Amino acid sequence: MIKRIRVLMAKPGLDGHDRGIKVVARALRDAGMEVIYTGLHQTPQQIVAAAIQEDVDVVGLSILSGAHMTLFPKIRKLLDDNDGSNIILIGGGTIDKEDAKELLQNKFADALFASGTPTDLIIAWINEKVV
Amino acid sequence: MTEVRDIERSYQSWYEERYSNAAERDVKFVTISQQPIKELYTPGDIKDLDYFNDLGFPGEFPYTRGVQSSMHRGRLWTMRQFAGFATAIESNQRYRFLLNKGQTGLSVAFDMPTLMGYDSDHPFSEGEVGRCGVAIDSLADMETLFNEIPLDKVSTSMTINGPASIIWAMYIAAAERQGVSSELLNGTIQNDILKEYIAQKSWIFPPRQSMRLITDIFEYASKHVPLWNTVSVSGYHIREAGSNAVQELAFTLADGFAYVEAGIDAGLDVDDFAPRLSFFFNSHMDFFEEIAKYRAARRIWAKRMKEKYGAINPKSWLLRFHTQTAGCSLTAEQPENNIIRTAFEALSAVLGGTQSLHTNSMDEVLALPTEKSVEIALRTQQIIAHETGVTNTIDPLAGSYFMESLTNKMEAEAENYFAQIEKFGGVINAIDEGYFQKEIADAAFDYQRAIEKGDRIVVGMNEFINQDEKLTIDILKIDPKVELKQKDKLARLKQSRDNESVERSLQALNTAAKSNDNTMPFILEAVRNYATLGEIVSELKSVFGVYKEKPMF
Repeated sequence: MIKRIRVLMAKPGLDGHDRGIKVVARALRDAGMEVIYTGLHQTPQQIVAAAIQEDVDVVGLSILSGAHMTLFPKIRKLLDDNDGSNIILIGGGTIDKEDAKELLQNKFADALFASGTPTDLIIAWINEKVV
Repeated sequence: MTEVRDIERSYQSWYEERYSNAAERDVKFVTISQQPIKELYTPGDIKDLDYFNDLGFPGEFPYTRGVQSSMHRGRLWTMRQFAGFATAIESNQRYRFLLNKGQTGLSVAFDMPTLMGYDSDHPFSEGEVGRCGVAIDSLADMETLFNEIPLDKVSTSMTINGPASIIWAMYIAAAERQGVSSELLNGTIQNDILKEYIAQKSWIFPPRQSMRLITDIFEYASKHVPLWNTVSVSGYHIREAGSNAVQELAFTLADGFAYVEAGIDAGLDVDDFAPRLSFFFNSHMDFFEEIAKYRAARRIWAKRMKEKYGAINPKSWLLRFHTQTAGCSLTAEQPENNIIRTAFEALSAVLGGTQSLHTNSMDEVLALPTEKSVEIALRTQQIIAHETGVTNTIDPLAGSYFMESLTNKMEAEAENYFAQIEKFGGVINAIDEGYFQKEIADAAFDYQRAIEKGDRIVVGMNEFINQDEKLTIDILKIDPKVELKQKDKLARLKQSRDNESVERSLQALNTAAKSNDNTMPFILEAVRNYATLGEIVSELKSVFGVYKEKPMF
């Protein structure tokens, strides 16, 4: 049996906009992935602990509060420090192109999907990266 | 005189002989909410319409045609742009900029820590201070926020829910410092906690305790701040979270009725607080559906308030509302197109009889708006008001076969939802069961699917794409130093204030919260002593507990 891709979908920080993350979570589940949704208002520590415990392949962050430049680096570092350096970190939300470029260049995120990205694209990206 | 029956018969033959043989594009003729729309509406679609019962005159029951007698001929809607970022100093400058450009009311956006009741120095606030609104930690920040803005002259709307009573107390106290008595204050606190559980998710306390804080506000306002709008019952966030138009209408009004029932259960006379309830709707892209929504909302509210809740004061029957154009309709691609979207949405709000309006700026899908884009958004409203001629007559679409039929349909479908909610035993029980959350998540998913399948075209996003698009507009950046500055100001405040009276007033609040006393005077006292938002919230959490949502998707 082929191992199903496991994804942790997480809402870090105080932002409560959960429309996007729920839509993506459903689409990933419909595409055959195991999706775990953390719920709202998670600290970086809580997210990383869940990712390690659930042994996920991918962590997807949704941030619409503008706090992405703080949260992505923090969560990437915590993953690396807790034997999660192989976990792929992706995200979406209100992230302008300049910030996105900086996050990607510094490897704080492996991919960022702007609002309006078709979910098929996200699914295809994950399927390609997780082997 | 032509009989409706004759028209219906002719319509049938017109359809068979002409329309069915004519070309029809291969698309679904549905509203953005998936409501099917017919090719033609005729008198047959509104044959049961009773002018006095269903429409009436502007300023008269059931207010379908508008809540004021002269509507926009008497007074244009308030042009109210939602703004706030960084610290109180920067936001104060933006407010004065907007007032100078002809804006007629203020609307304050708070940052996430403030919305959630945390001070800027709390670990949860890291990276969030001043990001999507202004950071307010204490009365000192509120004084700065309204520096040189006379609070007896402007009306201020504040988007605050979980900690609404505390922020409102800070506003009242800031006015006191300006020498303005609370009787003169004019404005709105959003204070709609139910839609937080349903959609926006900025909650603090559990629902029943939150409702108690709200009824405390009703009582305090009726005695001391009589011109204040104590709740802005908000569909905006329900729609942004993904609901369709009917759900927005139905869930919002259901929330409104829940506040009315809570006030009555707390022993208040409905006419003492209902006139101060106002509403806040979204204006999305489907032009006619939105107008029908506003018209249906007024009619449903008036009828229920009069017939079910026994309100006698006509002011209790009025559904007054603010509108904001739909942020979720904007695209990150070709952001200049958002100016056009916003203009159409604003127009439907105006034709729907709004009392005030925020037009989104083209760049809000990317970041907080720049001064340039905010100015275009405000100019959009001014062009509608002064150039298009749509304000010349009241409720110009009334009597349209299509508009009246759509208005009736919205009302009927909202009634179905009310019956559903009733089955759960009311709004709070339905929240506990995750009913609204699931309905909205389903609708959001359907909407996304329709876009991805190409059933719904969004220009520049899934069709008419510009492949080599480069971002050509400026983006407002929040300096990370803002957070340090704000934390520093807070640290200095905590040293300079009288910490004994802070402690004493927090203790008094704790005692009041445990009893049945109105919490407002105690919150005001703590605020006057410069107790911080976070301190007051912690004190109340120790009595009320905190809300936790069951995660689901």
